[in-house]
Amino acid sequence: MFTKYIFFFLSTVALYSAIMVLLSRKPIHSVLYLTLTFFAIAGHYILLNAQFLAVVHVIVYAGAIMVLFLFTVMLLNLNKEEVSPKPVWIKIVAIIAGCLLMIVLIGIFRGYDIAIEKDPALTQIGLVKNLGQVLYKQYLLPFELASILFLTAMVGAVLLGKKEQI
Amino acid sequence: MQFIPISYYLIFCSVLFCIGVIGVLIKRNALLILMSVELMINSINLLLAAFSTYLNDPAGQIFVFFIMVVAAAEVAIGLAIIVVIYRTTHSIDIDVLNKLKW
Repeated sequence: MFTKYIFFFLSTVALYSAIMVLLSRKPIHSVLYLTLTFFAIAGHYILLNAQFLAVVHVIVYAGAIMVLFLFTVMLLNLNKEEVSPKPVWIKIVAIIAGCLLMIVLIGIFRGYDIAIEKDPALTQIGLVKNLGQVLYKQYLLPFELASILFLTAMVGAVLLGKKEQI
Repeated sequence: MQFIPISYYLIFCSVLFCIGVIGVLIKRNALLILMSVELMINSINLLLAAFSTYLNDPAGQIFVFFIMVVAAAEVAIGLAIIVVIYRTTHSIDIDVLNKLKW
């Protein structure tokens, strides 16, 4: 019963701050609300007993990606309101389209359930020990390829960020 | 019934995903569009992790890990491109970038 309350609390925080990302006028407030969303989602991971993912999520999203966003907003001095926001009718049409998608998805998923053998809060698969076993045995090649992807991304970011033309 | 039904996670993640979709559609600022994409990626990640836990299968959580890797690389490159765009056009309004439009 207690986990249910935590679930609803975290969901409310995540949804509220996700909506505030879109509603805030200044980009920097959007970035800070997005950080709050990410922390709420990290709480969800802990609720699922996926501790490794929770830690990686906080490090990668709250630690790296949010800092990148904040640096971009602050260094480029982008913290102004949108000069020419989209016309109102486009916004209304976009919100109607998004809500229709939401209704369709909820209509599909409503009442869906799977037979659970044991309490998900007690599963051990989310721990570092078990995930490491799987990651370094079954998924070793994708793991190494991910490092190559990171190297490529790093070279690309440096190349794009250079002042003089290539 | 002690634990949370999986349909709660499904509905929560659908709503979060739709907020991201609406963000991509209504915003003109390239930075905010990238943030909305991050929201969508996060909702999918959480759903994958939830199913992985409920089905007791670690592969889902490994996939979430790889999705995070790709998302981090994507954000690094995306922000570098935004910086370059800002340097050349002095704006990150996506409607300015219509040179490739047919």
